[in-house]
Amino acid sequence: MKKKNSPLIDIKIQSEDFDVTKENKKLHNNQPGAIVNFVGIVRGVDEKKNETIDSLSLEHYPGMTELEIENIVKESCQRWDISAVTVIHRIGKLLPSDQIVFVGVASKHRQNAFDGCNFVMDWLKTKAPFWKVEENKNKKKWVEFNSLDNDATKKWKT
Amino acid sequence: MVIKYFSWIREHIGKSEESFDLPSEVTTINELINYLNGLNDKYKHAFAKRSLIKIAVNKTYSPIESKINNNDEVAFFPPVTGG
Repeated sequence: MKKKNSPLIDIKIQSEDFDVTKENKKLHNNQPGAIVNFVGIVRGVDEKKNETIDSLSLEHYPGMTELEIENIVKESCQRWDISAVTVIHRIGKLLPSDQIVFVGVASKHRQNAFDGCNFVMDWLKTKAPFWKVEENKNKKKWVEFNSLDNDATKKWKT
Repeated sequence: MVIKYFSWIREHIGKSEESFDLPSEVTTINELINYLNGLNDKYKHAFAKRSLIKIAVNKTYSPIESKINNNDEVAFFPPVTGG
């Protein structure tokens, strides 16, 4: 049996912005037939309370964050035939419309790339130790966990 | 032992990290929380909703009954909100 090339995995936690075009070029490992991206953007409104948000600050648990994301990415690579995965998550202060997270998954075929990207993002939301605090008119408020994010992971428990 | 606190738990306790020798009678996370609660009201406030609090031992999610020892790094934090 032909040995499968191990997927290229790149995980970065950074305060700087990222360039989606450059990241997609790096995902061209092992001649993929498909690359799927998820890019999270900071919303300027708290939809539950209909309040505007001036800024968002993110803190994380250095060391554990990388480990958790790596575990999620490795599991995605076991479930689907994936050639490369890049996860970039920003920390620090961000403004509405800023890019906050990038998940890029490359594969030979689109369905594996779609599913892999969705899987990584769903588990990142519920497992990776990041916390957001919203700021509005100099008032700070920690963002509460959304139970819908937990529900989203149920589809992968098979 | 090193203990780390994040998000509003860090704010309630007033520090992000502390280290001390684990008393011999403290052998589980649950006992550690009880011990910390006995120190002052800041901990009591932070740990009031115990069922909400997530725990990591040596950077791995762990249940509240987990055994711990003096070489461990324990972290307490609220449910995560990244992405």
